[in-house]
Amino acid sequence: MKQRQMAFEAQNSGNPKKRSLRAIGLGFRRGNGPWLFREVTLEIRPGEIVGLTGPSGRGKTTLGRLLSGYDHPSEGKVLLGNEVISHTDDAGYHPVQMVFQHPERAVNPRWRLRRIVSEGWQPDASFLHMLGIETDWLDRWPNELSGGELQRICIARALGPETRFLIADEMTAMLDAITQAQIWHNVLHIVRERQIGVLVISHDVHLLHRLCDRMLNGLF
Amino acid sequence: MNLRLRALLTVIVASVLLIVIAVWGTLIPVEQMETRLELRNLPPSISHPFGTDWLGRDMLQRTLKGLSVSIQVGLAGAACSALIATVLGLAAATLGKAADRLVSWLIDLFLSVPHLVTLILIAFVSGGGMRGVIIAVALTHWPNLARIVRAEAMQVMTADYVAISRRLGRSRRWIAWHHVFPHLWPQVLVGFLLLFPHAILHEAAISFLGLGLSPHEPAVGIILSESMRYLSTGMWWLAVFPGLCLLIIVRMFDRLGEQLRLLTDPRHARL
Amino acid sequence: MPLLEIERLAVSFTRYRSRWGKEKVQVLHDVEFSVDAGEVVAVIGASGSGKSLLAHALLGILPENFSASGTIRYRGEPLDAERLKQMRGKEIALVPQSVRFLDPLMRVGAQVRLSVRGDDPYAAQREVFHRYGLAPETENMYPFQLSGGMARRVLVSTATVSGARVIIADEPTPGLQAEDVREALRHFREHADAGCAVLVITHDIESVLTIADRVVVLYAGTTVEIAPAADFTGDGSRLRHPYSRALWQALPQNGFTPIPGTQPQPGKWPSGCLFAPRCDQASPECTFSRPELRTVRAGQVRCIHAHSEDDERGISIDEAASDGI
Repeated sequence: MKQRQMAFEAQNSGNPKKRSLRAIGLGFRRGNGPWLFREVTLEIRPGEIVGLTGPSGRGKTTLGRLLSGYDHPSEGKVLLGNEVISHTDDAGYHPVQMVFQHPERAVNPRWRLRRIVSEGWQPDASFLHMLGIETDWLDRWPNELSGGELQRICIARALGPETRFLIADEMTAMLDAITQAQIWHNVLHIVRERQIGVLVISHDVHLLHRLCDRMLNGLF
Repeated sequence: MNLRLRALLTVIVASVLLIVIAVWGTLIPVEQMETRLELRNLPPSISHPFGTDWLGRDMLQRTLKGLSVSIQVGLAGAACSALIATVLGLAAATLGKAADRLVSWLIDLFLSVPHLVTLILIAFVSGGGMRGVIIAVALTHWPNLARIVRAEAMQVMTADYVAISRRLGRSRRWIAWHHVFPHLWPQVLVGFLLLFPHAILHEAAISFLGLGLSPHEPAVGIILSESMRYLSTGMWWLAVFPGLCLLIIVRMFDRLGEQLRLLTDPRHARL
Repeated sequence: MPLLEIERLAVSFTRYRSRWGKEKVQVLHDVEFSVDAGEVVAVIGASGSGKSLLAHALLGILPENFSASGTIRYRGEPLDAERLKQMRGKEIALVPQSVRFLDPLMRVGAQVRLSVRGDDPYAAQREVFHRYGLAPETENMYPFQLSGGMARRVLVSTATVSGARVIIADEPTPGLQAEDVREALRHFREHADAGCAVLVITHDIESVLTIADRVVVLYAGTTVEIAPAADFTGDGSRLRHPYSRALWQALPQNGFTPIPGTQPQPGKWPSGCLFAPRCDQASPECTFSRPELRTVRAGQVRCIHAHSEDDERGISIDEAASDGI
């Protein structure tokens, strides 16, 4: 046990690419309202694909938002390696990026896609190609693209070189099966290559079985 | 012809007309307005369509000159006002709670005092003249637009893409400028144009009261104020034509703003 | 005679091509299918293929810059815009996607009573709440107080008490847990069994197959296939259209195998078969003209390569697989 702990510390202090994402005693509530959840502890290792499912309204999305810095936990902390990263007001590129269910809300309708996709980093043509993004989309406006095409753009935007973990919250729930399979095949290829850890939040059990190395059970 | 095209046409015609008057007024040579005592107090005629005044000056030329000055003052005042409104409204919505409280307090402060009173006070303190009037107009007209800008900006700030932008490492200021402002400029432009008639009327009002422009800068307010003394002697043309022209100009800006709002409002985009 | 028949339904909308020039863009075309009394028909297809628009067209609630053409028949009688308006909520009812379609400031009981056509709205509403397992106090709740599953039942209640013969459900199970999905779908099956015609528009293929009799597959705004639900089984070889097969095989529980390419966008449709650019069976004649819908093995398909003779071996494999399920 002690040995394992030491191995863990060694792993987390060294190469930044080898640090895992940990949540310790995480709890969340709005103001003084009822607790949405408490005492959530989990770990996702680099390159690991982890699934999370459960009834709606139990806080799956909120957990994702806490892990990726969109909301501040009411208690507990989020660690990358041994560093706390749960502050929402941290400046700089967040190492945990989240991709949402509705891509049309996640892009500024007054920006062209070239600008949208390169908001956080500069993906090159070959990277975009890996995600199935055609270069001629980049000169268009968001309303000229379908949901599936927009979602690819959002994924590309979230996979900058500093991204260590990806939270996919119902990322393909609005898309048809073919588009869903296309996108996940592309994403799996990239995250495996770059050892990015992924948390897949979905109510589609079959999808989770396909994608995930293990499931997070009994969190809430 | 569809509604959109008609709106566009109105916008073009109105703006061209306003620009022509503004430019023409400045180009009128001084000799056109010199005193010619032999032509005093003439009622409207072919050679002097607006009549002449008690010094024999041609009222048409004076009115044009006056409108031009009024438009320039209005333009400067409304532009400064819109700028203040945009900066404060945007700051309130994007730079956190403290900034928002400060701006909201300022807005309430200015809205709680009657417009004209602040206007006169500021014009008086800043010493009157063109500069004084512009400062006074700029400082008194921004609160309403600032409120609109703030509300609109707050709406944009709740969008997912703004939150995402923060996680991608963008600063609040960067987001305010690149994400929020592009959504606001149609509102600001329309707000600016709708401020314009207010600015002109208020300029005329304080000039009329003698706290605004000096008689050397014959804005419409000055002309009206001067002609009051002669109205009782039956020289109606001294006030009627300049006043009518002022009304038309004000109305034109109003329409310009309304039509522009139609054009930029996405809800009307499918007309 | 089918209760609801749709023939050559087309929907287009006008948009501004540039700042000033308008253009008309077709989003649905040649949509053809029918729903019999006692039948559940599922509409599935690519995202952005016009599924939701189809529901809106059938209810006559398209946005104002949209226009529809083609024929919609109810009991053999063609419906124009005026008739559609009269029938809406009485003969044809919509079960919407979420509680967002309920009035947030009105108690749900009162909203359900609004739809009742009989003499005693209170009795009808209480009966339907009882039937769907909603506690009596639910009627005094506001929409925001309902859980996801309760909201579904309230939405279905509205359609039930209206006594409508045609029920159209637009994505009735988004983000619901498996049990809630099963329950929601069971209600639709009950409606059909009571003699209604039910149309379920969804992208949750697996769930809807448990209650559907027939499945309409939409791709790029048109019906590419109408198949008995039982044909969606095994490796999908009983399906007639290569798109239906690809869609089936892309499900995570089947192959999770994607085909390359994307659905062409409205306004950029190819001149021939709309699926030809992505189809591995495409031949030169596929690009000449759009194939007509034709009957193949108790279903209909819009593909010139579909064969009517059954492949014996394929079927025996299917049956073995369906036994497993």
